[in-house]
Order: sequence, then C-alpha cells, then structure tokens
Amino acid sequence: MAARIATKDIITLRGSAAIVSEFFGYAANSILYNRGVYPEESFGRVKKYGLPMLLTQDEGVKTFISNLTSQLSEWLEAGKLQRVVLVIMSKSTGEVLERWNFSIETDSEVVDKSVSREKSDKEIMRDIQAIMRQIASSITYLPCLDEPCVFDVLAYTDKDVAVPFTWIESDPKLIANPQMVKLHSFDTKIHKVDTLVSYKNDEWDEP
Amino acid sequence: MDAGGSANLLSSSLSASSASSSKTRSRFPLQEQHLLQRKTSRDNLDRFIPNRSAMDFDYAHFMLTEGRKGKENPAVSSPSREAYRKQLAETFNMNRTRILAFKNKPPTPVDAIPTDFSATTTNNSKPAKPRRYIPQTSERTLDAPDILDDYYLNLLDWGSSNVLSIALGSTVYLWDATDGATSELVTVDEENGPVTSVKWAPDGRHIAVGLNNSDVQLWDSTANRLLRTLKGGHQSRVGALDWNNHILTTGGMDGQIINNDVRVRAHIVETYRGHHQEVCGLKWSASGQQLASGGNDNLLHIWDRSTASSNAPTQWLHRLEDHTAAVKALAWCPFQGNLLASGGGGGDRSIKFWNTHTGACLNSVDTGSQVCALLWNKNERELLSSHGFTQNQLTLWKYPSMVKTAELTGHTSRVLFMAQSPDGCTVASAAGDETLRFWNVFGSPEVAKPAPKTNTEPFANLNRIR
Repeated sequence: MAARIATKDIITLRGSAAIVSEFFGYAANSILYNRGVYPEESFGRVKKYGLPMLLTQDEGVKTFISNLTSQLSEWLEAGKLQRVVLVIMSKSTGEVLERWNFSIETDSEVVDKSVSREKSDKEIMRDIQAIMRQIASSITYLPCLDEPCVFDVLAYTDKDVAVPFTWIESDPKLIANPQMVKLHSFDTKIHKVDTLVSYKNDEWDEP
Repeated sequence: MDAGGSANLLSSSLSASSASSSKTRSRFPLQEQHLLQRKTSRDNLDRFIPNRSAMDFDYAHFMLTEGRKGKENPAVSSPSREAYRKQLAETFNMNRTRILAFKNKPPTPVDAIPTDFSATTTNNSKPAKPRRYIPQTSERTLDAPDILDDYYLNLLDWGSSNVLSIALGSTVYLWDATDGATSELVTVDEENGPVTSVKWAPDGRHIAVGLNNSDVQLWDSTANRLLRTLKGGHQSRVGALDWNNHILTTGGMDGQIINNDVRVRAHIVETYRGHHQEVCGLKWSASGQQLASGGNDNLLHIWDRSTASSNAPTQWLHRLEDHTAAVKALAWCPFQGNLLASGGGGGDRSIKFWNTHTGACLNSVDTGSQVCALLWNKNERELLSSHGFTQNQLTLWKYPSMVKTAELTGHTSRVLFMAQSPDGCTVASAAGDETLRFWNVFGSPEVAKPAPKTNTEPFANLNRIR
C-alpha cells in the first residue's frame, strides 16, 4: 500500500480508503488490547505508525477484523461509509459499556470525479500515531471494565447501500447518558476521521 | 418540539462532548427549564457548529427518543406525544443511515479476567437486578383432543374476563382460568364446521367464532346464546379474527379482510384487498389505528384505519415482502406504538421487527424453526415465540438485543397457538400434540416486584456505604 501512495505525495481514493481501513484494523486491535476485552497473551507485537502496536493472534478475532476492514475499504471507496462504531458490551448482561466512535467525512468530489489530492504519507501517519497514543492512554480515564466483555462493530452507511450477505441491520447500541471524550482526528484530504469515545457514567462519582 | 429545540439539542451535545465530564447530569433536551439554563451558560452563547462530525448524532437521537423517558417527567408523556417523538426521531435518523453489523459475532473471550475477581467487583459496583426465575416446565397441562393441526387457523384465545376459549374440531370450549371449570360454548353442524378461529371481544363476554363455511358467529358467553351470524362476506373459511372496539375484522382463505360493524345490520363496512392467498394473521395495534395482516402469500400488510373507506377497495399503508413463507405470527409491541414483530413460516423461520410508520425493517432474526405465534411480555422488554420442527419449543427473547433467555420444551408437535392471560404473566400454548399447556414465563403477578424489598437484610445498606 505504501508504495502505491507514497510517491510525490499524491493520494488517490483507493489509497485513502486503504489507509483508513487499515487504521480501523489497528485501532480495533489496540482498543481490544488496551481495554482488556481479550487476554493480553493473545496479542503479538508489531511495529506500525512508528509505534509498537499489538495485534491479536486469535484466529477468530483476526478473521473478524480482516473481514471487517476489507468490507470497510469497499464502502470507503464508494464514499458510502459515514461512521464505524466499536461497541464494548458486558458479556453477561449485554449492556453497552463503551462506544468507540469513528466518524468519517468523505470528499464527495473525489468520489464523483475520481480526482486525487495531495497530502504526504508522513503527515497522515503522524496524525494516526497521535490517535493510537491516545487510545493507549485512554485507560487512565476510562472506567475499569471489571467484568468479562464482548465487542461488536457497527457500520453506519448511506441508506442506498445494499446490505451484504454477511451483514444485518442493527440497532445503534447506545449508552444512556454517556460521558464523552473526543480524541485526535486525521485527514487524508479525501477521508476525514474523527474519533470519540463515549462510555457509561461511572456511578461512583455521583453524590 | 420545533426545529429550534432540536438545534439546541445538537449544539448542547457538542459542547458537552468537547467539555467532556461534569456537564452530563443536566443534559436532558426538549425541556424548557434546561434550555433556559443553557442560555446563561457560556456554552450556548455561540450557535456556530464548528465540527459536525464530532457531534454524536447517536446521542442526540437517543435523547430524542429515550432520554426523557421516565427520568424526567413520566406523567407528561402521553402515548400520542410518545408516538410523535418517535416519528420525529425516526425521520431524523432512519432515512439517512443504515446501521449494519456482522451476522457472525467475534468470538467471546475465554476468561479474560479471573472469574473470582470479576464476581466480587461486579457485586459491589452495582446491585444486579435479580433475575426472574423462569420455570422450564409447564405449570399445567390439559388435553386438547381433536385440535386441528392447521398452521393457518387461530383456535385459542384468552379473554379479559380470564376465560380461555379453544376450538377443538367443531366445538368451542371455554375454560375458566380462575376456577378451572370447563364448559362447552357451541358445537357447530358437520356441514358448517369445523371451527377455524375464535376471538374474544375486548369486553371478555362476547366471542366471535369463525367457521369453515365462511360464516362468523357472535356469541354471548355468559348467556350462552348466539347473538348473530355474519354471512356473505367471505367466499371460504375464516381463519383470522381481531376486534377493534365494535369492529370485528375477519380474514378469509379468499384473501379478503373485512371490517364488520357488529352493531349494524349491513355489517360489512370496509374490505381490504391485498392478499391473494389465505389470510392467517390479523392484529390491530393498541391504538386501533393500524391493522397488520399476514398471509400465505408471504405478504405482510399494514393498513391504516383512517384512510379506509367503504366504497373504494382500500390500499395498504405498507406492503412488506421480506418474509419468504406464510406470515401468521404477529404481535404489536406494548411499549412502543409503531413497533410490530412478525414471524415467518417453515421456509422463512425469521422474526422481523418493523417500524410500521415508515415501513422499515428494524431487525431480523433467524430462529431456525417455523414461527407459529408471538407474544410480547407486558411487564418487561421480552418477546416469546412458539415454534415447530425440530424442537417444538417456546423461546423467550430479550428485546432489542434478541438474546435468548429461555427455551421451554415439552410439546411434542408444533406449538400452533399462544394466548396470554389478562394479567400478562401466564401463557397458554396449544400444539399439534393435542395438549394445552400453561407456562409461567412472564413472571408471577404482584409477587415478583415487592418480594426483593421485603427480603432485605438488616445490614443491606452496608453495601451502599462502601
């Protein structure tokens, strides 16, 4: 992928979709690791975005995430993806505890007229790196997930998207009265991704 | 509840999100006092929205639809306001986006956290709502000899006066649930029978009986007297009935749905034509405004009462073609006016949820078996479905997560019909195995709620102090 887009700082729709969907893959892995959804020992270390990143070695999770990113990049290339939400739920009750919300704005001119934009790979990587650092440090303020959790991923697409065979419509899995923290965003000049985490109010602080 | 109100909502949710904590407690939009308060706070001086994508529209949507419920002023939210709010929220969100998730969920982590640790902390952090005990076996089983094993009929109903009616062959029996007394209401003649449907009127006294010869009889159950026979509406058997006040709606094998005003001589007031095969499911919404009908032609129609007229063949509000087998099981949600659950037959096996206002399919769940009947729990957000081959079970689902909470087995043939007691707690099911079973699946009346309070130990408060 890097070879395709790194030259002369020109970025195409395809290249941008690849960067963004790859970002989701790493972000999901990082969230699952940092939030302890899967055991620590099921992750392996790689170097990415100039950071040590952790990737799951669990075959089931791996397949899930790779299926996810390939579908996301398809939607990104079509400009149909509005948002991706990674939801962390209690395993026993199904209650939604955290929502990692990635909003995507697509430059419609690029999709419609297939023009390209200029932005250096380096800059994008630096922005992504900042987000990844924030995800890793989120454990300092997010409430402790002190029960076994499961996750799910929701994709918000345009209404005219045909539902792929392996997908179903879902409810938004919202949190009642959540706390929200906005993280850094990054922009490929084609796709702009804003990151926000909302989580269940910690009832301990309430008077 | 105008556009201005919702704009406020969006901007306030934005400011709250960027300012993060400490503001969250007072964020209840569409509320006069809060909007006034906001004016004084510096967050609301500037209505410029610098970053749309960072706003949590989900949150906004949630506040529109759910946030106010119960917490703020439950007394004010009338059903019509509720419905309006729902519609508003729906148009806001439903038409713009689609929310998708993988059918196959990621593998659940195995023991990510040592269980003993998690057990102690969860106990402390939140007193978990005590789980209702759901008996796995039927409370009572009655014989139902000669019950017709026919998917398209509706032979069981439980009236508001706590009397159960069941049609066995050509006879309608009444079983009084308060004292267990059985009586025979009527046995129709060979040439007219068998009975193909029964339905109590809302008063719990009058009962409609649909017959194989296309007639519909109206009986007074207390006097045991035939009041009138509705003739000439249908061409063939009447397998589906439902009441809407004094309107008795009948669905026939001829695909017609007829609204009969039982008070007047010329009883046919409206005819809905839309099905081209037998109508086997008919349910009026609680408001009496919308009628859902399902047929053997795999179609589900939503009809609007107010657009019906007596001369023109009325058009449906929605024609929903997503089921791939006969649609018999229909149930309107008791806590959300425009939510309908529908179940498909053997070739479909799915339960689908519909927003009957927009016609949007909200969710679809493959149950793995023919869906014969559906009932909502009136007290909790749960749905009960009854099935055929292979398990012949009753399945209890959490809504909207659609997590299975219980599977009740016992019937040895498909569970064709279900009816709910007037208190909403007990469910009667009749199956092709010629039994009628009673299940205590929706909790026990009155006992369930006060019980935990009376059981509190003297030092129960200590939990909270820590």
